[in-house]
Amino acid sequence: MAVVNYDSELRRAGAHATHGWRRITFLAKRYVLGTIGLTIMLLFVWTAISADFICRFDPLTIDSAHRLARPSLLHWMGTDSFGRDVWSRIVHGSRISLAVGIGSTALGSSIGVMIGLASGYLSGWVDLVFQRVTDILQALPLLVLALVMTAALGPSLPNVILAIAIPLIPTVARVIRANTLALRELPFVEAAKSIGMSETRIALRHVLPNTIAPLIVLATAQLGSTILTEASLSFLGLGIPEPYPSWGRMLSESAAEYVRIAPWLVIFPGIAISLAVFGTNLFGDALRDILDPRQRG
Amino acid sequence: MFAYIVRRLALMVVTLIGISIIVFVLLRIVPGNIVDILFDAAGYVDPADKANLQRDLGLDQPIAIQYLHWIWGLLHGDLGYSYVSEKPALDEILPRIPITARLAGLALTFSASIGIPLGVLSAVRQGTRLDYFLRIVSLSGLSLPSFWLGLLILMASVSLFGTMPIFNPNPKTWTEAIAMYCVPAMAVGFRSAALTMRITRSSMLEVLRQDYIRTARAKGASESSVNFRHALKNAILPVITVIGIEAAFLIGGLIVTETVFNIPGVARFLVEALRWRDYPIVQNLVMLIALIVVLANFTVDMLYAVIDPRIRYTD
Repeated sequence: MAVVNYDSELRRAGAHATHGWRRITFLAKRYVLGTIGLTIMLLFVWTAISADFICRFDPLTIDSAHRLARPSLLHWMGTDSFGRDVWSRIVHGSRISLAVGIGSTALGSSIGVMIGLASGYLSGWVDLVFQRVTDILQALPLLVLALVMTAALGPSLPNVILAIAIPLIPTVARVIRANTLALRELPFVEAAKSIGMSETRIALRHVLPNTIAPLIVLATAQLGSTILTEASLSFLGLGIPEPYPSWGRMLSESAAEYVRIAPWLVIFPGIAISLAVFGTNLFGDALRDILDPRQRG
Repeated sequence: MFAYIVRRLALMVVTLIGISIIVFVLLRIVPGNIVDILFDAAGYVDPADKANLQRDLGLDQPIAIQYLHWIWGLLHGDLGYSYVSEKPALDEILPRIPITARLAGLALTFSASIGIPLGVLSAVRQGTRLDYFLRIVSLSGLSLPSFWLGLLILMASVSLFGTMPIFNPNPKTWTEAIAMYCVPAMAVGFRSAALTMRITRSSMLEVLRQDYIRTARAKGASESSVNFRHALKNAILPVITVIGIEAAFLIGGLIVTETVFNIPGVARFLVEALRWRDYPIVQNLVMLIALIVVLANFTVDMLYAVIDPRIRYTD
């Protein structure tokens, strides 16, 4: 008969890691890829915060004497066609990606939560109207809707954030609505009703907190796609305007002609975008496994 | 079933009307139309000329009338005239569709033929190094911007052949056809391949845990028969959803890839028209995209009922 060592089995399952540092190290060991993702994300945030201290050059200063310089000890990643240092531009570009990523995810999610909660909780005609609105917003791909919106509103940072946030609303609203519909039938909501709590209070204090886990999972998953969409918009020339160093914009300036003569202008911004998105995707996957075990794959 | 289809079709019409209103209004909320842009560029011009041109283009009428005029034309196959080329919008849009459709078809074929087998492999070997490797590959597929992938391909072509492919809509040899269509299609399809692989993997893992799989193994079915005939057949439904939705949402990748490879397709045309504020082209292209999306969703739902006899739509 097989001998089961209950202590080691429990330890493997994480029974000892209930809180604090032990829990963090346990999760970090268990979700190695997620930890790598979190590290990349923290690095990305740290770069954005301390951008002014970690580069020698100003990202906007034009230096025509050093146009298209190859990567060297002075210019780690070379310079662009205006002689601006690519490394400083990438470091400062992280601020734009981070602002757009966090800004549009937060804005889209909060509007989505309000619509989803109202739709699921109030039902009736409110639900019907919101459902049709989300249908309409979902009939256009993210990039197409964002493109039309930035073209209409004009290229600027707040407009790009808004243009990317609005297409995110329907997905969040759908998830929150489905969750709210399920939660509404549970005994604790009935209990809250029976002690005479108002509908608004139940919705905000009891139903809403229970939708936080799926919301965090969804928002992290969307963070990557907002960064990618901003890069695509700027690449197409309809996102963040010159001279701000957006990663996508850096690729559009260089694009096809520099493929031949200055490959560093193509390689480095692309690595920056991919790494940031890869980090959020890795972390998002681990977060989903931890917070939403039903979806675990 | 019939009632369900009728209801779905009615909702599709509502969605399309909603899209048409949103796009029409969005394009017109900014002050300044094509006439202002043209006249600003030309410096001082006679205000009477400006008023004439605005009347010719119908821009002096209330926005609601302009909208109804557009919809009425749309229903009669009249899409208006492009502001930039002054040709009928239909003649500008139609010839560009086959190029983009070919790219999209190739990209989807690529993503299904790579994504499904690798997804199955990853699920069958769950927890092994191969599985980890494939999962990282698929996650990086979702992280690479497709325009960057396109630029990297161009770069590789420069360093290998010393030249970049220049798009030719009617390739003469089959090698040229591959370079013209398959390479950009792969750049677009890489992301969908990664997505298909992820969904195939998680769907397969779910199915492989079920009792009937154990029964199949117990009766001595071969490993490949269990994986493909028993498991994949039941795991394919979510995969079809993803491929169906990707078919419509591929347009995002096509927009940037057509720009990188300089392909005169309908996706790049949207960006050009937006830059020029060529509203008749933009609003009709957006309607075309929305129509494709709602039709793709509808087709996927109908395919469900065909593939899985347990699914019956009732109202």
